[in-house]
Amino acid sequence: MDAEPPRRAALARILDPLAAPVAAGVATIVIFGLFVSLAGRNPLEVYRLMAVGAFGSWFSWQNTLLRASPLLLTGLCTALPAQMGLVIIGGEGAFVIGGLAAIAAGLPFADAGAPAFVVWIAMGIAGMAAGGALIATAGALRHWRGVNETISSLLLSSIAIAVMNQIVEGPMRDPASLNKPSTRPLPDADLIGNLPGMDVHWGLALGLIACVLAWLLMRRTTFGFAARIVGGNSRAARMAGLPVGMMMVIVTGLGGAAAGLGGMIEVAAVQGDANANIAAGYGLSGILVAFLARQHPLAIIPVAVLLGGISASDGLLQRRLDLPDAAVLVLQGILFVALLAGEGLPSWSEWKARMSR
Amino acid sequence: MTQDYRLSRRAVLAGLSAGAAFSALPLSSARAAGALTVGFIYVGPKDDYGYNQSHAAGATAVKAMSGVKVVEEERVPETIDVEKTMESMINLDGATLLFPTSFGYFDPHILKEAKKYPNVTFMHCGGLWHEGLPTNVHSYFGYIDEAEFLSGIVAAYVTKTKKFGFVAAKPIPQVLRNINAFTLGARSVDPTITVQVIFTGDWSMPVKEAEATNSLADQGVDVVTCHVDSPKVVIETAEKRGLFTCGYHASQAALAPKGYLTGAEWNWEALYPSLVTDFEAGKTIPGLIRGGLKAGIVKTSPYTALVPDAAKAKADGVKAQFMGAGYVIFAGPIKDNKGATVIDAGVMRGQTDIELEKMSYLVEGVIGSTS
Repeated sequence: MDAEPPRRAALARILDPLAAPVAAGVATIVIFGLFVSLAGRNPLEVYRLMAVGAFGSWFSWQNTLLRASPLLLTGLCTALPAQMGLVIIGGEGAFVIGGLAAIAAGLPFADAGAPAFVVWIAMGIAGMAAGGALIATAGALRHWRGVNETISSLLLSSIAIAVMNQIVEGPMRDPASLNKPSTRPLPDADLIGNLPGMDVHWGLALGLIACVLAWLLMRRTTFGFAARIVGGNSRAARMAGLPVGMMMVIVTGLGGAAAGLGGMIEVAAVQGDANANIAAGYGLSGILVAFLARQHPLAIIPVAVLLGGISASDGLLQRRLDLPDAAVLVLQGILFVALLAGEGLPSWSEWKARMSR
Repeated sequence: MTQDYRLSRRAVLAGLSAGAAFSALPLSSARAAGALTVGFIYVGPKDDYGYNQSHAAGATAVKAMSGVKVVEEERVPETIDVEKTMESMINLDGATLLFPTSFGYFDPHILKEAKKYPNVTFMHCGGLWHEGLPTNVHSYFGYIDEAEFLSGIVAAYVTKTKKFGFVAAKPIPQVLRNINAFTLGARSVDPTITVQVIFTGDWSMPVKEAEATNSLADQGVDVVTCHVDSPKVVIETAEKRGLFTCGYHASQAALAPKGYLTGAEWNWEALYPSLVTDFEAGKTIPGLIRGGLKAGIVKTSPYTALVPDAAKAKADGVKAQFMGAGYVIFAGPIKDNKGATVIDAGVMRGQTDIELEKMSYLVEGVIGSTS
């Protein structure tokens, strides 16, 4: 490698990580194209409609960005712990419990007539704390009890959803919500509005800021450097005197806090109250986003927009081509499998090294 | 997983410009001049043998009308998704009449869109309309407990164990009313019948629904019915266990040739075309449209060969009363299953009685609890 001129090395550094996702994307386009052909549709027409539905107009763009917003935050729930080599898949639970905690904290302030921004701050802190605590538990269990964090975060997520359902249907249920158990709604004045000039709520901005902050933390601070050393080799990190356990709790906590903030936004900007619909699968899609982004906090942004676009175009495929909704699920499934398969393949520079050996 | 992969500024810019190139594509408009476009939105798959299929059958009936274009979207969650689907149908398909059919679409999603698009008419299934809503929001629902009552009567004639099972989603008023009507129907024939209810916790929980049905079969239940979005799993599982079944939402007769008796079905294929006709003719559509068997909003599955003549005669007799002067299911005295009187002697709670909308109890004869 050291024989390579620096410019080529720089190029390789850019192309190397992109090769696998691009190959996975191409493979997905081909396989899904075959799939829709078998279903009797013209794949070119399918892809054209998807482009129109996702990015074809200002309306489509806003639709896409709106759907991408929660994925920015739930993607971080998997991507941040991944920096330390942890595979966390409990974002759905953190999102849901964050939303529930947010409404629980927000209602008393709203009742007391506090200004909207005070209500939002209370909701944001509560949502982030609840989501963070949930995922930090998985980090702590991993470090101190040796419990596999993937399994424990998944189970904690199920518990969180069950707790939300129980509380929404029990202690916090608004008696007026007869056939759709919900908490009391936030007053209209305390709902989070849209970004200026757009039909997209502030969640998008918060998600983008969170991704940038996560990137700064992981790539531009000593803490982030230390976290990635733990990810590289946690024993060596411990030998070097890094507080591995505490760092795991903090980073998993930050990941959970991001998803919890997503839940708070879902409650304060979309639903207006907490009900079973806050468990709509954003946390699960976040796992896909993080893996597609190869756990890079900034790469989450384009990937979330891509998946938001796929979801935004789904309706058009159903309405114009009479494809079932499952078609889009098939597309996402193919994409995920292709990407995971690509993870194991050697990168371009590894190939070259092998060839020249 | 933690390789140091950086995304260069150049790569980001390249991606963004590719996206911008897409956005320059013109939007094809499906707006046919003069034709009315009606949008239907379902929360689940439209071939679920249940709630969504019943609405899709209504949409199919509208499709058959001349000069009407139907656009449909299935599996739309009760989130920002449904708001965007409605907007997409309005903006890209030119829909002016929408049927977002899931109960949970109403607040806040339909209310938000109704304010945003005052020229579009929103028809919502669920009976949530009240005074003071935007005038372009309408609500419709059926008294399907009438058909449940008849199912209970029919089942009472074939049971040997006198134990029925009911797999239900959530203990909310609409579901409790169906359980209670089914039970009262059965016990109007044989007061020794009991109905074991199992709540699964959500509208679509196939695994729990199968477990619940199996557990009911193990407890000696020989008639099973349900109130979940898709009765497919419950009915098929019960069929495998050799139980009698009563359907819900749509007909599941095809799924259970050996056990299906009758069922409580929606009749949207009758209501929807008439609503669309009224809309096209510019007639005033009421804010709230409600009715049962008489209004043709609900119906019963045709009796199968398993139903004895005595059962048919009894059920048809009661049905004739529903179709005629009316029959009161919730006629006092009625006790709940804890022994407390919930409807006093002499009190007749007819279908339109608003008290029934707040039902929070299970009647005597139901084994189970609402919490």
